[in-house]
Amino acid sequence: MRILLQLWNWFDDRTGASAIWRATAGHLVPPNTGWAYVFGSATLVAFIVQVATGIALATIYVPSTASAYSTLQFISTQARWGHLLRGMHYFGASAMILLVGIHVTRTYLMAAYKYPREMSWLSGSVLLLLIVGMGFTGQLLRWDQVAFWSVYIAAEQAGRVPFIGKTIAHFILAGNTVGGTTLSRFFAFHVFFIPMLIFGFIGIHLYLVLRNGISEPPKKGHPVDPKTYRAWYEDMLKREGHPFWPNAAWRDVVFGVAVIVVLVALAWIVGAPHLSQPADPTILQAEPRPDWYLLWYFALLALTPPKLESYVMILAPLTFVLFLILPPLLANKGERSAWRRPWAIGLVITCWMMIGTLWIEGKRAPWSPDFSAESLPAHVVNATSGPIYEGAQLFHSKGCEYCHAISGYGGERGPDLTYVRDRLSADQITIRIVNGGVNMPAFGGTLTSSELRNLSTFLDSRTRTQKSQY
Amino acid sequence: MNMRPDNIQAKKLQEPASQESRDKEMDRRFFNKLSLALLGFASLLVGIPIIGFLVDPLFRSAPRLWRQVGAVDDFKVGDIAEVSFDDTSALPWAGLTGKTAAWLYRQEEQEFVAYSANCSHLGCPVRWESDAQFFMCPCHGGVYYKNGNVAAGPPPRGLTKYPVRVQNGQVEILTSPAPIT
Repeated sequence: MRILLQLWNWFDDRTGASAIWRATAGHLVPPNTGWAYVFGSATLVAFIVQVATGIALATIYVPSTASAYSTLQFISTQARWGHLLRGMHYFGASAMILLVGIHVTRTYLMAAYKYPREMSWLSGSVLLLLIVGMGFTGQLLRWDQVAFWSVYIAAEQAGRVPFIGKTIAHFILAGNTVGGTTLSRFFAFHVFFIPMLIFGFIGIHLYLVLRNGISEPPKKGHPVDPKTYRAWYEDMLKREGHPFWPNAAWRDVVFGVAVIVVLVALAWIVGAPHLSQPADPTILQAEPRPDWYLLWYFALLALTPPKLESYVMILAPLTFVLFLILPPLLANKGERSAWRRPWAIGLVITCWMMIGTLWIEGKRAPWSPDFSAESLPAHVVNATSGPIYEGAQLFHSKGCEYCHAISGYGGERGPDLTYVRDRLSADQITIRIVNGGVNMPAFGGTLTSSELRNLSTFLDSRTRTQKSQY
Repeated sequence: MNMRPDNIQAKKLQEPASQESRDKEMDRRFFNKLSLALLGFASLLVGIPIIGFLVDPLFRSAPRLWRQVGAVDDFKVGDIAEVSFDDTSALPWAGLTGKTAAWLYRQEEQEFVAYSANCSHLGCPVRWESDAQFFMCPCHGGVYYKNGNVAAGPPPRGLTKYPVRVQNGQVEILTSPAPIT
């Protein structure tokens, strides 16, 4: 034991390890910080899990367009623990996005961005954007059909930027089309470049906590005054502060460990996300969807009127960045308590509700045609021969059902036609089929007159009154 | 801690400057500029090849070649079929992505039209629905007529057409960059 102690003393003297520990882990924090303060460190915990599982996955994953998919399949099905590790990496990514969202909400509601912590907020904003970037580039590394077409979608969106759009688009593609160098480019960004920036900004973010101290829980009627705040804060710490480790850190540890346990459990029970078919430009039966954390954005773009779309694609991300930059620049002093900042509460509720409802819509995706719609069952058609029956067959084969539902069968892109005859006259129905509408193609050129008659007759039979006859 | 040398310097500056201290100040400025300039030079030395390497694909236009996609008689007049062909710039490790798919429409006996499979809206793969006689996009429900024109939905313009020709009984498509709307 003596030797160990001597060794430690030698090491400590030469490195100053215990002094560093006292200055960092031992720094004083305000009292009553509580459980609201655990989400930042939990995001860091999830990030560490990402780094560890990511390195492990990279020992097998080959970032070449020809091999990536099969190495992932090997990881998922043959490599020992591979499926679990992929699952942990996926749920770790999800956790980071979710936790950083809660963390930014908490710091915004408590106005922790006010003097002197403006740079904490801004460096955190950069981290938030980098994390979203990691999510997007990571999804592409699966290199399945969804990933392949997502690259095109990203390039198309970038292409809407005025003047330099095409240049950005081709930079993303690393060429004229998706090809050999596209995937390795995303790999390099996902594995080296963005993580390097994240490490750097985490360093800045944590250093600023030490420099300016963690923000105290706000109190009503205690506005921040830049002239007096620092002196007041230091004085308060001297009177009531306690060392971060272990007095406050134990909560971070408890929550961080809980996050890891949940991650492993989800990876074990739910598992890694399913790989769709390998990325193949010649398979055109693909339905690209972003992972859940960008599903709401997919919904936003889908629900935007096409005329405004280009503006939304460019302005929505810019507005988001602006919302992140502005708070500490516009309001770095004054009340911090959310109860005295009703607009802040309103903004948070609006944002979460917007993202939440868009997310639900994105999950349903009613704007996408339902290609899997099966032909209408007999009890819905109510006829086994004749024009109504023929019309029902056409309703399926001509693709009407991809977009229109009848009695719960079919897509949701267009209006439900279960009782269409109650809304439209027979003539109106025919005219609509022939001429189409904004979101409906004109079928006049593709239907024969007898087909049109049968289809109209079938739709004429879609009425409430007919059903109530029996 | 590192404030101290600066303080000393500041004090010295306030004193009536001796020739020696002025020389030292000149030295300090010179070394400062020299070091910054050297570091800048080194950054350019390393940075220029890296940036050039990354943006190179923007300046390299792949040669455009005619690719055979099948014999004329493989396609029925009035029908639309999926064809695929090799990119010109396909790298040895590109695997499946070294190919491009297109929709080929045999309009007349000797007249073919080739459409890009990318929806003009956001680039999703459109599929030909032969019964309905429409191209449909799975993402946001864009619909195109057989002639490639927009029939419904959000696409801002019709499907991009690839140059196509018939040569010695073979249908050939000219390889083209991915259409970015």
